[in-house]
Amino acid sequence: MVRMKINGEWRDFSGDEDMPLLWYLREDAGLKGAKFGCGIAQCGACTVHVDGQATRSCVLPVSAVDGASITTIEGLSDGETLHPVQQAWVDEDVAQCGYCQAGQIMAVAAMLEETPNPSDEDIDQQLTNICRCGTYYRLRKAVHHAAALRKEDR
Amino acid sequence: MNGSSFAATRRDVLRYATSAGALIVAAPLSACSRRASDAESLDHGPQASVGAFVIIRPDETVLIAFPNPEMGQGVDTSLPMLVAEELGADFDKVETTQMPLELKFGDDGAITWKYASQGSGGSYSIVGQWEGLRIAGATARQLLVAAAAEELAVDAAELTVSQGVIRHEASGRERTFGAVAGAAAALEPPEEAPQLKSRDDFSLIGTPQKMKNARAIVTGKAIYGIDAELPGMLHAVIARCPYFDGVADSVNDSAARQVPGVYDIVKIERPPLDGPYGVQAEGYAVVAGSIWAAMKGREALNIDWNHGPYADETSAGFQAHCEELLSGQGQVVRDDGDIDAAFAAAASTHQGYYWQPYVSHAPLEPQNCIADVRDDGIDIIGPMQFPSSANRLVAETLNRDRLSIKVQVTRLGGGFGRRLSSDYVLEAALTSAAVRKPVKLLWTREDDMRHDFYRPAGMHHLRAAFDADGVLTAWTHRLASASKYYRRPNLPETDYWQAELYTDDFPAHLVDNLRVEYFSARSGAPRGSWRAPAHTANAFVVQSFLDEIAVARGEDPLALRLRLLGEPQELAYEQHGGPVFNPGRLAGVLRLAAEKGDYGAVMPAGRGRGIAAHFTFGGYVAQVVDVEVDADGQLNVSRVVAAVDVGTVVNPNGIAAQLESGVNDGLSTALRLAINIEGGRVVDGNFDTYQLMRIADAPREIETHIIDNGDEPAGMGEMGLPPLAPALANAIFQATGKRIRNLPIGDQLRA
Ligand code: FES
Ligand code: FES
Repeated sequence: MVRMKINGEWRDFSGDEDMPLLWYLREDAGLKGAKFGCGIAQCGACTVHVDGQATRSCVLPVSAVDGASITTIEGLSDGETLHPVQQAWVDEDVAQCGYCQAGQIMAVAAMLEETPNPSDEDIDQQLTNICRCGTYYRLRKAVHHAAALRKEDR
Repeated sequence: MNGSSFAATRRDVLRYATSAGALIVAAPLSACSRRASDAESLDHGPQASVGAFVIIRPDETVLIAFPNPEMGQGVDTSLPMLVAEELGADFDKVETTQMPLELKFGDDGAITWKYASQGSGGSYSIVGQWEGLRIAGATARQLLVAAAAEELAVDAAELTVSQGVIRHEASGRERTFGAVAGAAAALEPPEEAPQLKSRDDFSLIGTPQKMKNARAIVTGKAIYGIDAELPGMLHAVIARCPYFDGVADSVNDSAARQVPGVYDIVKIERPPLDGPYGVQAEGYAVVAGSIWAAMKGREALNIDWNHGPYADETSAGFQAHCEELLSGQGQVVRDDGDIDAAFAAAASTHQGYYWQPYVSHAPLEPQNCIADVRDDGIDIIGPMQFPSSANRLVAETLNRDRLSIKVQVTRLGGGFGRRLSSDYVLEAALTSAAVRKPVKLLWTREDDMRHDFYRPAGMHHLRAAFDADGVLTAWTHRLASASKYYRRPNLPETDYWQAELYTDDFPAHLVDNLRVEYFSARSGAPRGSWRAPAHTANAFVVQSFLDEIAVARGEDPLALRLRLLGEPQELAYEQHGGPVFNPGRLAGVLRLAAEKGDYGAVMPAGRGRGIAAHFTFGGYVAQVVDVEVDADGQLNVSRVVAAVDVGTVVNPNGIAAQLESGVNDGLSTALRLAINIEGGRVVDGNFDTYQLMRIADAPREIETHIIDNGDEPAGMGEMGLPPLAPALANAIFQATGKRIRNLPIGDQLRA
């Protein structure tokens, strides 16, 4: 059996532990915010935080998260108050179809923990999620904006 | 994407205006749900859905349903703007939602739209709804004003409407929308058609508005097809024949049936060869209690696939086949003047060959669909660009009454033309019909990439002739490709060219001698509409060729374009986006982009600045692209400056978003994208080899400059894409002296 804490709540899982975390989150835990885009850790649509690390959940078996603390896009905001990255995404009007954006936001939220003041080069190197709609121009602006919002928060 | 197939006829617009009265205003939620249920919305759908356009709630919020599927192009905001403008609503208090498919029997007994046309394709949503949605908003306003006039005991003509408030100027009294909505709901719509605002009076249309559903997206609450559920549903994945038009020689499913959770395995028959597609390929649907069990079950299937009639097809072979065809004589589909005489008399001639590969749509949300096929009706829930086509395909295949099939469109995780096809919807319906339970079908990425309807690949040959005075005297465009028009009912091969060559495109009407020639190439790869269809190929070749000509002639590429386009005039344009092409408007965007992008400035070594422009589906876009290429051939696209003329602007923010999207899509495709075929099947299956662009390669600066000239609005979903590849190739030439004639660029710049 696997125990994991998802968005602050402990949950038990007793099914096939080879199943990727993504399917557990989406199908068993009912958290549909993380998306399926490629299934091979290429696109980042399935990004969630596992013990604070941005992780592509489509290739991570449930067995690997025993005891871990997982945050999904549904658990990122503080109640009604959006996380600075989410707020920046709204302010810069980043999304088009929006399908990649939960993963993008989770990737950026984790990135800013490590690199609170990313340069454009940092963004190029660290942000490898795919956006098929091509929202990269606004996305880059939103990352810088989110970095600024985080500082205001402090 | 043929515009005429979904152009609202005048009759539709009239019918829709009269029906608008019956569906418009509902105040207390009970009244609203009564009217909504009248429209038989799917109440178990993933989103609260309404059959009506406008619901005004007592708390002053206004819910507006948009008819066309939202796939990222911004209709969840731009279409409600049309309603809200005429309604006089406060747009900050407007919420928007996707309307489910609403069909009815028309007066002639044929199935027709109940309220409005409901497809997303051909950049047609704004064009198609421009009048009808404004009438819907104005009719709602009429009712609200009539109700307020009654309450205030004044003449309706004395009332003004602004930001959700109806005001009697003389007495200073006012009523809010929410306060009179209940009374308005009980009124019969007036006989006379509402007066629409003149464009000078617009206060919302033309203002930048942010996407309405942004908050739902950033909190993970937006519902895509892949997120939808029906109670008691099973999950399915399908093992499809990877070979074009192949079938299984043998199937052993006993191990798959042993996989825990697997419920059944259902054979999906392949479509008739040379007939229209229903599903795309033969397949075996593994139905299970969970998606994971279905996937495990599929892995355990043992199938020997016959390699099918195209077993020898390869990418290289197909390219050679196109080249070979071009050495002969093709089907002449336009022949103005005397082309041979013009070339014989020319002072100078130019020619070029260009290649475009197959590419995949690869929307980030793979195909999926829920179907619940019961004896008493069918429910379909999923991401579709043309839910009515899905409805028809399911009805025809399962022999059902179309109105017994309810279709709920979810938000689409991208479309790009892929979801114009309904093959995945039919697969879900066939599977559900077989197991007699609701089924949610999911395609993996590999399924999606190997069973796409690809953008046609083809080779182009262009020739041009100039006289001694530098006048362009002759132009030929010869194309060998596998058309997306094929396997269609009653479509002879002599019509295949129509999807790939638009014979009124520049320089038609601007050169005396013009020949357009088509060669229908043989390929087993399924083809379909890919964002801006043939415009992507034709803009690349024509705008690259113009640059080659300019260089050869020693002319400035911009000046050459401008003199060939000449003065503003209305030229006949019979293809989608017509009826008129105005070369002056194309020159206008070229001039503006050139000015804002400082085109023509001297560039340092290793840098280049290219320009291109194209007319796509009624919209005019020019782009100036800046590149840097280092000594190792590493390409960096630093900036794109664009000028856009799509007539009257509805949402300038949306126009910029779609321009940025077109730029990045065009760049991503030009850099690395090609679908490789070996042995009669698609090799690429996922983003490891089909390398969509990531942020590191995306331009850091994109500028959108809009010319709003008050013309009829065009859309913006596609026109931002075609100019990018040629402007890029032209910039690369300036930076390196290397001419890109074959796409994708791949490693062609490597030293
Ligand atoms: S779905 Fe996990 S990285 Fe693409
Ligand atoms: S917004 Fe559509 S994939 Fe990123």
